Parts: sequence; C-alpha cells; structure tokens
Amino acid sequence: MNAVIETKALKKHYVMSAQTVRALDGVDLKVKTGEFVSIMGASGSGKSTLMNVLGCLDEPTSGTYLLDGKDISSLSRDAYADIRNQRIGFVFQGYNLLSRTTAVENVELPLFYNHSVDPGDARKAAVEALERVGLGDRLDHVPNEMSGGQQQRVAIARALVNKPSLILADEPTGNLDSRTSLEIMALFQELNEQGITVVLVTHEPDIAEYTKRIVMMRDGLIVSDKQVWDRRAATADLANTRVAAGTVGVPPAPASGPAAVGGESRAVGRDVSEQLSAGGQA
Amino acid sequence: MNYLKRLLRVALRSLVRSRMRSLLTSLGVVIGVGAVIVMVGVGTGASADIEDQISSMGANMLMIRPATAESQGVSQGAGSRNTLTMDDVEYLRDEATLLTAVSPVVSTNAQAIGGDGNWSTSVSGVWPEYLDVREWEIASGEMFTEREEKTKSKVAVLGQTVVEELFGSDDPVGERVRINNTPFTVIGVLEEKGTSGRGQDEDDVIMVPASTALYRLAGQQGSGHYVSMIMASAVTLEQSEEAQAEVSSILRESHDLARGADDDFEVMTQAEIMETVSSVTDVLTLLLGAVAAVSLIVGGIGIMNIMLVSVTERTREIGIRMAVGAHGRDVLSQFLTESIVLSLTGGAIGTALAYLVAYLLNDFVGLTTVILPATVGIAFGFAACIGVFFGYYPARKAAMLNPIEALRFE
Ligand SMILES: Nc1ncnc2c1ncn2[C@@H]1O[C@H](COP(=O)(O)OP(=O)(O)OP(=O)(O)O)[C@@H](O)[C@H]1O
Ligand SMILES: [Mg+2]
Repeated sequence: MNAVIETKALKKHYVMSAQTVRALDGVDLKVKTGEFVSIMGASGSGKSTLMNVLGCLDEPTSGTYLLDGKDISSLSRDAYADIRNQRIGFVFQGYNLLSRTTAVENVELPLFYNHSVDPGDARKAAVEALERVGLGDRLDHVPNEMSGGQQQRVAIARALVNKPSLILADEPTGNLDSRTSLEIMALFQELNEQGITVVLVTHEPDIAEYTKRIVMMRDGLIVSDKQVWDRRAATADLANTRVAAGTVGVPPAPASGPAAVGGESRAVGRDVSEQLSAGGQA
Repeated sequence: MNYLKRLLRVALRSLVRSRMRSLLTSLGVVIGVGAVIVMVGVGTGASADIEDQISSMGANMLMIRPATAESQGVSQGAGSRNTLTMDDVEYLRDEATLLTAVSPVVSTNAQAIGGDGNWSTSVSGVWPEYLDVREWEIASGEMFTEREEKTKSKVAVLGQTVVEELFGSDDPVGERVRINNTPFTVIGVLEEKGTSGRGQDEDDVIMVPASTALYRLAGQQGSGHYVSMIMASAVTLEQSEEAQAEVSSILRESHDLARGADDDFEVMTQAEIMETVSSVTDVLTLLLGAVAAVSLIVGGIGIMNIMLVSVTERTREIGIRMAVGAHGRDVLSQFLTESIVLSLTGGAIGTALAYLVAYLLNDFVGLTTVILPATVGIAFGFAACIGVFFGYYPARKAAMLNPIEALRFE
C-alpha cells in the first residue's frame, strides 16, 4: 500500500530568547492508506506540533514531508491552502468553529474556498456531512448553543465536507466525557472503514485502543510504534456501556504486526486502569 | 462573477453576524461624514447669506472712503483720516458721467430722546439720493428733500430699530425727537433692512440731511465739511469699474494730487466689498471646516478602535478560514469588501442625515445651510479611506501569518 504520509527527519525548533525548544527533533513516520493511527505521549512531547506540520498548518524547520508520495516542502502558501482544503480534514482540539455562525455555515466554510464546488451544492453537502455525524437536527444552532460533543462533531463534519482522504484530529475527545468520546471514536472507526486514513492524538490509552496503531512520542521523537492486535469497536462498546463489565486482556502485540481489520472487535466493557497499563506498555 | 458573488455573500454574512461591531463601525463613519457636511454647510450658508445681503445693498454701489492712514507702518484702519469733503461730493455729482446717484455719509453717534425712550444710535447725514444708492425704501412718511438739505432743516427719518426703541408700535411720523439735545421732527420711517454683511443692525440708524449733520450735530462748522464716506451708484453693474476709475480721476483732480502721488482715498466697487467680506466668511468656513475635520478624525479613531479591538477575534477567524483552505487573497478580499460595505453604508447614511439636518436648519431654525457636493465627496472619501484602511490593515497582517500562528493570536 502507498504511504499517505511519510516524514523523514522532521524537525521543528522554536528559537526562544533563552533556549531553543526542540518540539520535533527528527520524526520519521510513515502512514499508509487506510490506517488508523493514534499518537500518544506526555504533554509537551510534540504531538500537536507534529499534527500541525502534517496538516500543512505549520512549516517544519527541516526535514522532508511526503504527502501521497510527493515532497510538499517547496510548495507555495496557496498550494498549502488547497491541500488543507481538499486533501486533509483537520479536527482541532479546541474545535475552532466560527462563533455566532450556525453549524451548517461552519461546515460549508471549506466549500467556499473550493472553487470546484458550486455555491448551490455547498449547502446540500454541508447538510449531508452534518447528518453523517448525527447532527441533522442541529443545522441552525450556533456553537454556544451546542454541547462540547456536538461542537466536536460539527468540527468533524467540517473536516469531512470536502471528502478528504486523510483526517487528522488533535485530541478530538480531549474535552469530552467517556460516552461522548466513544461516540466520536465510533464515528472515526466508521470513516476509517469507508477508506479514510485517520491519524489522531490522544492522551487516553483507552481511546487509543480503538485505533489500529499506536505511536508514542517523547521529547519530539517517536519512541515506540505498535500495531493494535485486538482493536475495540466503539459502536459495540457504546451499546454495551450499561451492560455488566467483563474483563478482557490485550494480547501483547508485535511492534510491526499487520493492521487489525476494523469492525471485528469484541463488544466488551473494561476496567480503565487495566487498559491504561495495557495500552501504554504493550 | 461567481467569485464576486461568493465574496459578497461571505462578507455580508460576516457583517450580519457581528451586528454590534458593524453598527459601531458605521456609526463612526456616519458621525464623521454627517458632522463635516453639516458644519461646512453652515459655513457656506453663512457666506452665501452675507453675499446676498451685500448685493442687496445695491449691486452697482461704489463706496469711497478716506485712504487707510499709516502711522509708522501700522495701519490705522479705514476712515482714520479726514480727506473727503462736501466739495468732493458736489464735484463728483457735477462732473461724473458714469454715476447715477451720489451721496455723502456723515456718521456720528448720538443720543436720541423721543416718545418715551432714550436710545444711543448712529446718525447718518446723507442726501436724499442715498436711498437710491442703497436701494432702500421709505415705509411711511417721506424722505427729506434737496430743499431741506440746503436749509439744514432739523428733520429726521428713523430706522425701524430706533422707532421700536423710542416709540414702540406708535407711528412716529410728525413726532419730535431730540438728537444730542437738538430737537428734530420725524418725517419718515425707513423700511426694515436687517443685518448688514458686517453683522451690524442696519435699522439702528437715524438719517438726517448731510448739512444738518455737519453743522448741527458733528460740530464741524469751521473744520472744512469732512464727510465719513461717499456712496455712489454706477450706471450699470458692468460699468462699475469704469465708474471707479472716473471717480478716482475726479477726486485726484479735486484734491490737487500730483502725478505719482498716492490716492488719499479709496474707491471700492460692490464686487470688491464682497471680496473683503467673503475673505472673512472664508475664514469662518475654514474654521467650521477645521472643527468638522476634527469630528471626522474622532469618527475615524472610533472606527479604528473598533476594528483594532476586534482584531484578536478577527485574527482567529482568519486563522480558521485559512486552516480550512482560504487563500490569503480570499481573506483579504473578504475583509476589504466588509470594510467597503461598512464605509459606504455609513457614508451614505451620514450624507442622508446631513441633508436632513440641513433641511431642518434651513426651514425650522432659519440657519442657511448650503451643502456642496465637494464637501460630501471629501467627507465620504476620507471616512471611507479610514474605514477601509483599518479594516484591511490588521487583516493583511493576519493573512500573512500561517494558520497556526493566527489561531494562537492573543
Ligand atoms: N509557538 C511556540 N513557541 C515556542 N514553543 C512552542 C510553541 N508551540 C509549542 N512549543 C513547545 O513545543 C513543545 C511541544 O508542544 P506541543 O504543543 O506539540 O505538545 P503536545 O505534545 O501537543 O502537548 P499537549 O499534550 O499538552 O497538547 C512544548 O514544549 C511547547 O512548549
Ligand atoms: Mg497538544
């Protein structure tokens, strides 16, 4: 399979007056089409910085970034904008929706800047995207009339509306309760099953359990990279959240095992602390 | 075309979304534009009024005054010398061919007692022709005649203000007035004239025969019959300059001035009088314009403040737009469109308001207000420039950041 993302010795240094912050210090990462990757690591380890660079929102200090096999480091600002518009859907930790702007208008926004989309079709596409994330009944609500989970889903709908092949999400469940987090993960799993490559950042090991591959970062470097053998299905977990908990271990997974196929995970509820150690140390 | 429609839609949406900010911004433009137009309009109206009044004094009028005296380089002001005499007036009347009427004006201040009033006013000793020169009419009674002039009769024609002060609403014709303790008979009342171009009440005057004024009031018996000034009418408006030249040469002859010597008098045509006065009103207009400019600047600072206060929010907005694929150009044209729409609507409302205020001032306050298209243009242009600049400039800065920097902006 082709690599959607391939970085080589990617560095991002912030030169401050006193010292230089090495937010990324030589990241080599390869993500293939159809993968579902979670990036984990302590606070300040450079996860957001990496996502921003991968999302073409920020430029690396050095290193190469191949997107769909093409080196994009020498592209113009406008070309970057077009990539953000059509090839990558980015979901921010803080939602970053336009305030005082309805859900459907927020979702329409990327279409305004996609000149191949007719303005007449924009509204239809936005409504479809919102329906896809389950917000068909919240079209005309503005962000401060919606819950955090709903706002996050609007943000996801906005990331989806231009039908990108890659979705990057920086702590999409960071501000959400566990049930809402599950709903969001179910959505990402569904998207991934439809063939969209998903890379997300999370602090929570049990969230990472729903992805196919876990990349750990520390001090701007990737320190481990493992496949998830026994991937969980968020939809099933959701259905069972009120069912009595069973206990399921995570089998030790080889670092370079084949990616698990989506949708075949067992429906189980689990002890979070146990899962934490399992996800983090495996 | 499609792009423009899209752009306009985005901009209008954004304006409607931030109603308060849009309102305040355009309010700055409204006030700036409105205030400038009205104030300059009032100034222009005042000068138009004054010019009207001056030309109502008689368009063909010539005014001859003693030349300005200079003492050690300091001008003593017009009329500070006595150079014009009754002989000059008579000589002009007899010799000039381009004048239809000539009259001396012998001015003194006097205390007038009559009816049941006591009033300090100015007395003008004139010839009967004075009324023709000034295009002034008698309201009741009659003007004194040449015979009364010759006999230094103690007759007086009163201006409306004097009538009101001394006699109230009674008809004063036939009554007696004491002017500086000399008894006079009132034989006529002048028509109301209003305020002069210099802001004086023209009706606060008593007219008496020039000879009477000279010999009975000014106490100039032995001093050579000096007059304050001479007023004359040129045959036609077109010929007033020729008449001016003629008057000069006659007076030079009468004064025995040597070739090359300076005139000891000055002859002004109505056009010249208008010029001096309008230079005064120009200053007035300029002053009001300056006040107006200040209000424009204050309005501009208002616009600027609102634009800059919202810059954080707007920078984040720009960050979001760029993050989802807006090019710098898209963002800039959106912000430019927003500012232009705001400035134009603000300017249009300001102009409309200014016209409304001008209408109210004209019709209900009685203050002549003349709105010149140039003022509208300048005020509009300036406010629009400020609005556009402060809407555009911060946006330009934000659009040059990369999206992440814009999103982090505080
Ligand atoms: N604009 C900046 N200027 C200077 N230093 C920065 C900047 N942005 C990030 N950093 C530094 O880079 C490092 C990595 O930051 P980053 O936001 O990528 O961490 P993170 O892994 O996303 O952390 P968290 O889990 O808390 O979100 C941090 O040490 C941070 O202080
Ligand atoms: Mg982060």
